[in-house]
Amino acid sequence: MSSETSKVTSELTTAADYGLNHNETELTLGLPGESRGKKLGAKRRFSETIELKLSSNEDSDANQSDTECSDATKPLSEKEQVVGWPPVNFYRKNAVSSNFKFVKVAVDGAPYMRKVDLGSYAGYQQLLCALEDIFSCFTDSGLNENKLMDPLNQMEYVTTYVDKDGDWMLVGDVPWTMFFDSCKRIRLMRSSEAINGLAPRTPLKCSVSSC
Amino acid sequence: MKLLQQSMDPNQKRAKAVDRVDSVDTGVASFDSTRMCPFPDEVLERVLSLIDSHKDRSSVSLVCKDWYNAERWSRRHVFIGNCYSVSPEIVAARFPRIRSVTLKGKPRFSDFNLVPEYWGADVHPWLSVFATAYPFLEELRLKRMAVSDESLEFLATNFQGFKALSLLSCDGFSTDGLKAIATHCKNLTELDIHENGMDDLGGHWLNCFPESLTTLQVLNFASLNSEVSFESLEKLISRNKSLRVLKVNRNISLDQLQKLLLQAPQLSELGTGTFMQELISCPITDLKTTFSNCKNLVTISGLWDATSLYLPVIYPACVNLTFLNLSYATLRSGELSNLLQHCKSLRRLWLLDTVGDKGLEAVGAHCPLLEELRVFPADPFDQEVFLGVTESGFVSVSEGCPKLRYVLYFCRQMTNAAVATIARNCPDFTHFRLCIMNPGQPDYLTKQPMDEAFGSIVKTCPNLQRLAVSGQLTDRTFEYIGKYSKKLETLSVAFAGSSDLGMEYVLGGCPKLRKLEIRDCPFGNGALLSGLTKYESMRSLWMSACNVTMNGCKVLAKERPRLNVEVMKDEGGDGSEAHKVYVYRTVAGPRRDAPPFVLTL
Repeated sequence: MSSETSKVTSELTTAADYGLNHNETELTLGLPGESRGKKLGAKRRFSETIELKLSSNEDSDANQSDTECSDATKPLSEKEQVVGWPPVNFYRKNAVSSNFKFVKVAVDGAPYMRKVDLGSYAGYQQLLCALEDIFSCFTDSGLNENKLMDPLNQMEYVTTYVDKDGDWMLVGDVPWTMFFDSCKRIRLMRSSEAINGLAPRTPLKCSVSSC
Repeated sequence: MKLLQQSMDPNQKRAKAVDRVDSVDTGVASFDSTRMCPFPDEVLERVLSLIDSHKDRSSVSLVCKDWYNAERWSRRHVFIGNCYSVSPEIVAARFPRIRSVTLKGKPRFSDFNLVPEYWGADVHPWLSVFATAYPFLEELRLKRMAVSDESLEFLATNFQGFKALSLLSCDGFSTDGLKAIATHCKNLTELDIHENGMDDLGGHWLNCFPESLTTLQVLNFASLNSEVSFESLEKLISRNKSLRVLKVNRNISLDQLQKLLLQAPQLSELGTGTFMQELISCPITDLKTTFSNCKNLVTISGLWDATSLYLPVIYPACVNLTFLNLSYATLRSGELSNLLQHCKSLRRLWLLDTVGDKGLEAVGAHCPLLEELRVFPADPFDQEVFLGVTESGFVSVSEGCPKLRYVLYFCRQMTNAAVATIARNCPDFTHFRLCIMNPGQPDYLTKQPMDEAFGSIVKTCPNLQRLAVSGQLTDRTFEYIGKYSKKLETLSVAFAGSSDLGMEYVLGGCPKLRKLEIRDCPFGNGALLSGLTKYESMRSLWMSACNVTMNGCKVLAKERPRLNVEVMKDEGGDGSEAHKVYVYRTVAGPRRDAPPFVLTL
């Protein structure tokens, strides 16, 4: 019954018909594009930010069908967007978003990868403690105190990451916030491999007491 | 309470006003033995001037003509919940000696972009009348009003003793308007700018406060984005020793905050700037000491970007905190838990759902005095990343915080059983606002509608004043509400109900209902008209994307001339649908400033 909803649905269908070149449908900041149509009630100055999460849904157009619908009142598919819903005011919508950033952690030689949420760390110290925990799951940590204290400095492994440009970088060189923004995945690289590429040793220490 | 309580006859009121004006003009206090009241007017006025509550004042004004007049003359503050329910001229005629005005404009759903731009609620006509009627106006508090820079300049230059300005969720002005206020209001005690749709053209407005200003008590610019001159701010703070509320914006760093707090240890409410800094010049212990020296702090907000790195500096101040607003800090459960262990006195807590259910367990464990909890969604439109909080977190809080009265809770899943448990644990709810973010979603375990959840709330909580429902709901929910919720004043409904009966139950049942806002529900003309005799006892009704038609609205308008029945025209549609309907009682007649898309029937 909601014509706002049906407007949104028809726009989604149209976009999908264009084919799935994701670059073309990728959301960029700017004034609302003409193809989207003008939404009644757009708050002045915030019109570019509201109601334009549609294209983030377009990536998973194919999966649109598998949402549950109950029999009585048909709820909206989770991929559809409704004007003014959830009821969060315009200021709050724009002021805050969560800082969840889950990145894969690969440990050379390990049978499977792990994931960490960079947003839950205040800085490098906490990240390295977490990596230590992950690392010790994969190695025979035994009773050797040295291994427990500084496993990553045993010259066995180097902490690296892939940045936005796709380059392998050493963890710790740039300020934490910069690292947070550009890190795509983390790899604890065997030093033997690193040395072949003339990589420097990681200078970072993570003392257990500060974890 | 409200300006217009029961008697809605404008002529009757005007007559009384005219009577009194005459007798005052003669300059004589007449003592008439035929009057009911044995006291001279001045005595009665003096006694009544001690009454603050609006509800009480409304009651007083209805006793008899003398009391009505005495109340009129002794009233200093007027509260107008709907700016179109009355005109500024009527207000000025009835209350000659107002010093403080609170004015609310647009319907609440305008916060969510459901009200088109240029709808109205312009404050200027009010200011024009007030300039003549209340030249000594001291306070103006506006919510959801359209405010222009010209209006702000007019305010600043036409009211010599003006002291306190509060703008909440308003729009249409810029920092230029703030410049005018800062420049001209020599006795300013309060400048509270909160979450407005304004143009931030820069932080120069802060420099406009004159060196001579020393009366400031409240300064809130937390929601402005531009950087202000720290030097100006520091000087302002240091010479305004009465400052008790200071809320700065995100651009103020931790180092700068430290300096400000050294100048203002007397603060009772603090909104910090960013709580993250790569390199900090003063050690953390200094910051901690500074906070421990702020003995009066009861409220902390801001805390942008806060993490476990710097949060501990506020621990010394936490022991006295009654209100902690963490709704801009993306904390996780561990950080919150560590923080809350120091906050035993907390009464009000606002959070982001990044803390998860585990974080809410910490709330239940450490804050036994908690009365208000609001959990906002960090990513309301992106469900992929993080589930947020669930029914389990809510239950944990209810178990540890039996004094909960006010809850606003955004979640992605809920069960009837959980809400029933919560109601049992916290029977004192006065405000229960549950937002299950996927519209029309059932109990995720049983797949049943959420009717029993809200049923248990209204049955168990006799003091419920405000209710917002969500999830898949049939008419049964509304049957419960109408039957059990005798003190309900505000009800918000979205994507719910099965038929007209739903709305009819509510309109037939809730005797204290004042505000009803409905969107995307299958309620039609039958439902709308079932409230024919009720709307005049309410402030307003909002219905959008329902099944109401123009004909239904026309019938309502014809039957009830003292209501304004306004329909907002939609771009598409065939014109017979009434897509957005706003109905409210008024003594001012139809709007004269309505834009073309608002039709008053």
